[in-house]
Amino acid sequence: MLLIHCPYCDDTLPELEFAYAGEAHIDRPADPSKLTDEEWRDFLFIRTNVKGVHAERWRHINGCGRFFNALRDTVSDRFLTTYKAGEARPDMQTLEAAE
Amino acid sequence: MTEYRVEGRGRVNRAKPVKFTFDDKTYEGFEGDTVASALLANGEHLMGRSFKYHRPRGVVTASSEEPNALIGTTRGGGKGRFEPNTRATMQEIYAGLKTESQNKWPSLKFDLGAINDRLYMLFSAGFYYKTFMWPRSFWDSVYEPFIRKAAGLGKAPTEVDPDHYASRYLHCDVLVVGSGPSGIAAALTAGRAGSKVVLVDENSEMGGTLLSEPSVSIDGQPAWEWLEGAMAELDRMPNVTRMTRTTAMGYYHQNMIGLVQKLTDHMADVPEGAPRERMWRVRAKEVVLAQGAIERPMVFDGNDTPGIMMAGAAQTFLNRFGVLVGKKPVVLTSHDSAWYSAFDMADAGAKVVAIVDTRETVSQALLDEANARGIKTYLSYTATGTKGRLRVSALRVNPVRNGKVGSAHLLFCDAVLVCGGWTPSLHLFSHTKGSLHWDEEAKVYLPGHKTEDVHIAGAGRGLWGIAAALEDGTKAGTDAVKSLGGNAGVATYEVADDRTGTGITQKELPTDRSAGKAKAFVDFQNDVTAKDIRLAVREGMKSIEHVKRYTTNGMATDQGKLSNMNGLTIASDALGKEAPQVGLTTFRPPYTPTTFGAFAGYHKGKHFEVTRKTPIDSWAEEHGAEFEPVALWRRAWYFPMAGEDMHKAVARECKATRESLGIFDASTLGKIEVSGPDATEFMNRMYTNPWTKLGVGRARYGLLLGEEGFIRDDGVIGRMRDDLFHVTTTTGGAARVLNMMEDYLQTEWPDLKVWLTSTTEEWATIALNGPNARKVLAPFVEGIDISDEAFPHMSVRECTVAGFPSRLFRISFTGELGFEINVPARHGKELWEKLWAEGQKYDICPYGTETMHVLRAEKGFIIVGQDTDGTVTPQDAGIGWAIGKKKPDFVGKRSLDRPDIVAPNRKQLVGLLTEDPKTVLTEGAQIVADPKQAKPMKMIGHVTSSYWSESLGRSIAMAVVEGGFDRMDDTLHIPTENGDAVPAKVTSTVFYDPAGDRLKVE
Repeated sequence: MLLIHCPYCDDTLPELEFAYAGEAHIDRPADPSKLTDEEWRDFLFIRTNVKGVHAERWRHINGCGRFFNALRDTVSDRFLTTYKAGEARPDMQTLEAAE
Repeated sequence: MTEYRVEGRGRVNRAKPVKFTFDDKTYEGFEGDTVASALLANGEHLMGRSFKYHRPRGVVTASSEEPNALIGTTRGGGKGRFEPNTRATMQEIYAGLKTESQNKWPSLKFDLGAINDRLYMLFSAGFYYKTFMWPRSFWDSVYEPFIRKAAGLGKAPTEVDPDHYASRYLHCDVLVVGSGPSGIAAALTAGRAGSKVVLVDENSEMGGTLLSEPSVSIDGQPAWEWLEGAMAELDRMPNVTRMTRTTAMGYYHQNMIGLVQKLTDHMADVPEGAPRERMWRVRAKEVVLAQGAIERPMVFDGNDTPGIMMAGAAQTFLNRFGVLVGKKPVVLTSHDSAWYSAFDMADAGAKVVAIVDTRETVSQALLDEANARGIKTYLSYTATGTKGRLRVSALRVNPVRNGKVGSAHLLFCDAVLVCGGWTPSLHLFSHTKGSLHWDEEAKVYLPGHKTEDVHIAGAGRGLWGIAAALEDGTKAGTDAVKSLGGNAGVATYEVADDRTGTGITQKELPTDRSAGKAKAFVDFQNDVTAKDIRLAVREGMKSIEHVKRYTTNGMATDQGKLSNMNGLTIASDALGKEAPQVGLTTFRPPYTPTTFGAFAGYHKGKHFEVTRKTPIDSWAEEHGAEFEPVALWRRAWYFPMAGEDMHKAVARECKATRESLGIFDASTLGKIEVSGPDATEFMNRMYTNPWTKLGVGRARYGLLLGEEGFIRDDGVIGRMRDDLFHVTTTTGGAARVLNMMEDYLQTEWPDLKVWLTSTTEEWATIALNGPNARKVLAPFVEGIDISDEAFPHMSVRECTVAGFPSRLFRISFTGELGFEINVPARHGKELWEKLWAEGQKYDICPYGTETMHVLRAEKGFIIVGQDTDGTVTPQDAGIGWAIGKKKPDFVGKRSLDRPDIVAPNRKQLVGLLTEDPKTVLTEGAQIVADPKQAKPMKMIGHVTSSYWSESLGRSIAMAVVEGGFDRMDDTLHIPTENGDAVPAKVTSTVFYDPAGDRLKVE
């Protein structure tokens, strides 16, 4: 069972407290009516499905209730970092430098 | 004293004889014996029949990797306490234990199933795939029943297990798995440094190899004395915990290890209420794996004959249990370790017939020791067959000179002790996806790249000998302490009489006979032979993963602990590739078979999941309600009177409600308060409906879509204030809806000033429906006028009802005049009882969910999740009116213009009336246009709701049908199980009071 750091609680807690919530950084368009059918389809259904570092959303559902983002390596299933909703995706160089 | 017990040897308690049964015959052993050691002490090797060929099989190991000696056990207390496939080598005996052999009929010694053995040529690799291919129709009637009957080991228990199983969490600095010399050294090192240490071992006592090697001395003490001292030291340290009979069964992410501790399976008298097993979920900062190595069999014709076993196992049976597995053994080996087993056997009084080694040379020291004991030695020899069926009586051996197999002679014996080398036990390491690298010299896989904070010590790293194990364990302990930021002292150990050695790994032994006819087993448990593996390669299986699945090698409950390396060596030879190019299959948890009970722990019976009950639940129970589960809730389903079945009770409840007054517990409805200055804007964006113009004190049916345009949930929503909405959801949807709202609020629209609060359990909700609903309610209401003019349909007010603060809705899910009264949950039952008492004047009738379903279906009100299935749009469901078309946006709006959503011929929700009004359709039944068409028929929809309507005196149904709105008055057909089809006419979904007059009771 994974351990996940909630950036709001600032605590590392068991996976049981969290729920996965799909890929991160997919903003809902401000005015969906302006999108073509193809653009809307891509927003709804097309995901990157990366092998490697994946930016994804989690919710501390059995805790503070907040949605936050995480970078997780889908090969090793390791969390590289977690960060608050609304914050930009950390780049890997900054992360590696901090290690 | 039994015939094969050796005086002065072993650790069993001679003062405590223990009687147990095997196949109804009573045997005697001693406290400390396993079933296997006690049977061997009585001269019994035959302990089971094999899986596919029903060949007689004897025990081959002394430990948890045992593939053959699987027995059924019946624990004390009997009923429900039967367990199949218990390893006889691990089950300790106790007074009253009942055990039985498996896979035999009528008896272990004479088994009719052994006919399969004669049909050997038919049961080759890929046999299932080849034999059961054709004809298709034979699958259900012939093949599957045959396979089901023939397959499987032992028989599954049929009764409920009455025992209980515990579970706990544990956090520690260092978890050490395995208590052989390396594990003990690691635990001592970390323990002395002050770390919180847990040392576990699957055996009943700690010591590992030391228990089988009493002749070694450590720091001037005999091994067992040193062991006793080490255990005492560990026990004195408050920061160290030792756990025996505890298997590390799985290694999961971030150093979480599952341990299963067996607590009572060795006890004659189980303490009242004691759990049978306990699952520990351990989070360790550092893990030391000291699991040792597993001895490999040798592959030759007849290598599974009872009496043939691993040489190391014979040594363990002798030194740990005081049992000679034979009096005239032959040793067959390619590794030095078996020579020492031979010497121990000889020293204990056995007449060792010969040591047969496949190698051309061995050390002079070994030859000298053999000579000193008068043991004949045969170097560069092969084994090509055996004599004896239920017990080996001779081994057929031949010299191998320049690659040529010479002429055979027989070595008469009563046991053959084999050793084809040792495989480091890296199962748990594999669970972590740690990589393995091939060691060309030792021909074994060793641990490579690590993904966890783990250290591997001793024989698991391919090291050999007690001195090396102690040193390496100390190093692992030191490394673990260092990783924790500490410093550990490095102890050194003086080891004398250590028995180091080397050996080689090989494919099936060469033979002078036809290799194709040899029954040379690689996997004993799944009956896979060397020939099967070569056949699989010939038939195109190139990867070891394919070979494994085609032959089932390594797929039995022992996960190939004995067979994987031999299988790999043979497959790589057949493929003409080096072993690392062929690869290794992946080990997965659990390490050894684990009971379902250990996984379930406390989560069984009433504790399987929570049961949510409303404040009125106890009233329903007292009044004879039948209940049904809805999500986690238990809801009153119907209230049968004496002699009534569900059909009669529901008909009566429907009639009473339509004619006068029904009362219904709606407390399970999900409730969410949406409050804040931007509450209206938030509601406009979430729900399809327009909310801006909904006045305070008014309510509206709200529809929630997913972003892809399909119906997710619905419910009546009341506006309590400008900045406060009382949202209701479906019973099962409450948590999902709140999660969805939170998601949008937190991540898409964090600028909105809105707060969301789940209030489902704050309120008890009582629905009153029927023409007399207002009459019974009015006397209790204070603060507002509930007349039709002042409080019309779809109104909501705060007021008091019977003195309780209330949110009172006038709404109807039945089509009758209806009210829903919300009061604080703690007052729910009292209000219900007051309304019940007052309602007696109007023959008030409590009704349950079934009547609620019928009444709403008569009105064509949908139930999300029953009449919709996640692919239904508002237009499909005929509730397009609930969409605020002028709103610029809401969740799902853009999708309502998607090409697939506006395409013609979508499935649409319609009513169905059967031609025969008495026929009630089956929910879920498929619908066809033409029942005479050829099969498979084109299915154009299915029935979503179907009931007997007492009010209409006929059946009614709803269905989703392709292009349903354009099929009004058409007749469609619903095929039934018995081959005919029920004709039904397509109608509107509103069957009862289409004008809605009944809501307007003055």
